[in-house]
Amino acid sequence: MKARVVVTLRNGILDPQGKAIEGALKALHVDGIRSVRQGKIFDVELDAADRGAAEALLREACEKLLANQVVEDFQVEVS
Amino acid sequence: MNAAVILFPGSNREGDVVRALKAHGAPKIVWHAETELPPGTDLVVLPGGFSYGDYLRCGAIAAHAPIMAAVRAHAARGGLVLGICNGFQILVEFGLLPGVLMRNANLRFICRMQHVRVERSDTKFASQYHQGQAIKVAIAHGEGNYTADAQTIARIEGEGRVAFRYCDAHGKVTGSANPNGSTHAIAGIYSERFNVLGLMPHPENLIDPLVGGIDGRGLFASLAAAV
Repeated sequence: MKARVVVTLRNGILDPQGKAIEGALKALHVDGIRSVRQGKIFDVELDAADRGAAEALLREACEKLLANQVVEDFQVEVS
Repeated sequence: MNAAVILFPGSNREGDVVRALKAHGAPKIVWHAETELPPGTDLVVLPGGFSYGDYLRCGAIAAHAPIMAAVRAHAARGGLVLGICNGFQILVEFGLLPGVLMRNANLRFICRMQHVRVERSDTKFASQYHQGQAIKVAIAHGEGNYTADAQTIARIEGEGRVAFRYCDAHGKVTGSANPNGSTHAIAGIYSERFNVLGLMPHPENLIDPLVGGIDGRGLFASLAAAV
C-alpha cells in the first residue's frame, strides 16, 4: 500500500522559508502569488491490512516523529 | 563533578565541552546507543553539532536515541541536564523543555560572538554570575529562533524560567541585539524544576582568554559548585 504524508506549519506560525520563496517568486516576476508556505512530503510504502489500519499507522508515525505538533500539522493520504 | 557527554552521530562540540568540564573533573563521553549512564553521573550534557545531519528537524532523530530514556530518568530524579545548541534542539524535541527552535528569522546561519543577559543567578547553572550580567558567548546556529504558543511563553515567563536573553554589550535587550528572532529574545530556558537547561549559545567556547574570553567559565563553575 502506498501513502503520502504532508506536514505543514500551523497557521499563525511564522514561516521564514516560505516568505523567502514568496519574495524570490516576486523577484522572478511570477506575479499573482499571494503567499507561500513551505512544508514537507513523505511518500511511504507500508504493510497494512486496510485503509483504516494504514491511516492509524501513519498517524502514529506523525505523532511520534514526522511532525512536531508544537508548530506543525499533518495530513495522511492513502492511495 | 561526574559529567557524561552524550555523543550522537553528527555531534561536533563534544570535544569543546569536555575541555570546559575538565577544569571540574573527568567527564566521560557516552555513545548514544548505550542504554545507561555511568554510575554516579551528576550532569548529562547534550553537546552542539548536527546530529543526524539535522535531517527531518534539528534534534528530532537524536531525541529517539536509546540513551535518551536514561537521560529522562536522570532528569526525573532531579539530575542536571545541559543541552547546548543542537543539544537544546534535542531537548525540546524530546519534550524535556517546551517550545521549538525554528529557522532563524533572517534565514542565515549565524556564527559570531553575542552577548546574553543572565536572567537569574539563583540556579545551579548560574550561581557564579550575577543577575543582569551581560556575558559574551559564541553563537553558531541556523535554527535558534525560539518559539512556543502564547500560553507556554506566558507560563515560562511567569515561572521565571528564562535563563538567558540576547542583549547588547550593556545588557540591554533590544530588537537589534536579537540575532535570530527568538520570542522575547530567549536564548535559554530552564525546566520546571530548574535542573534542565537548554541554550543556543556556546559557553564552552568561551573558557580561554586566548580565544575570545572566559565568560563561559561561570556556567561550568556554577555546576561544579552545585554538585
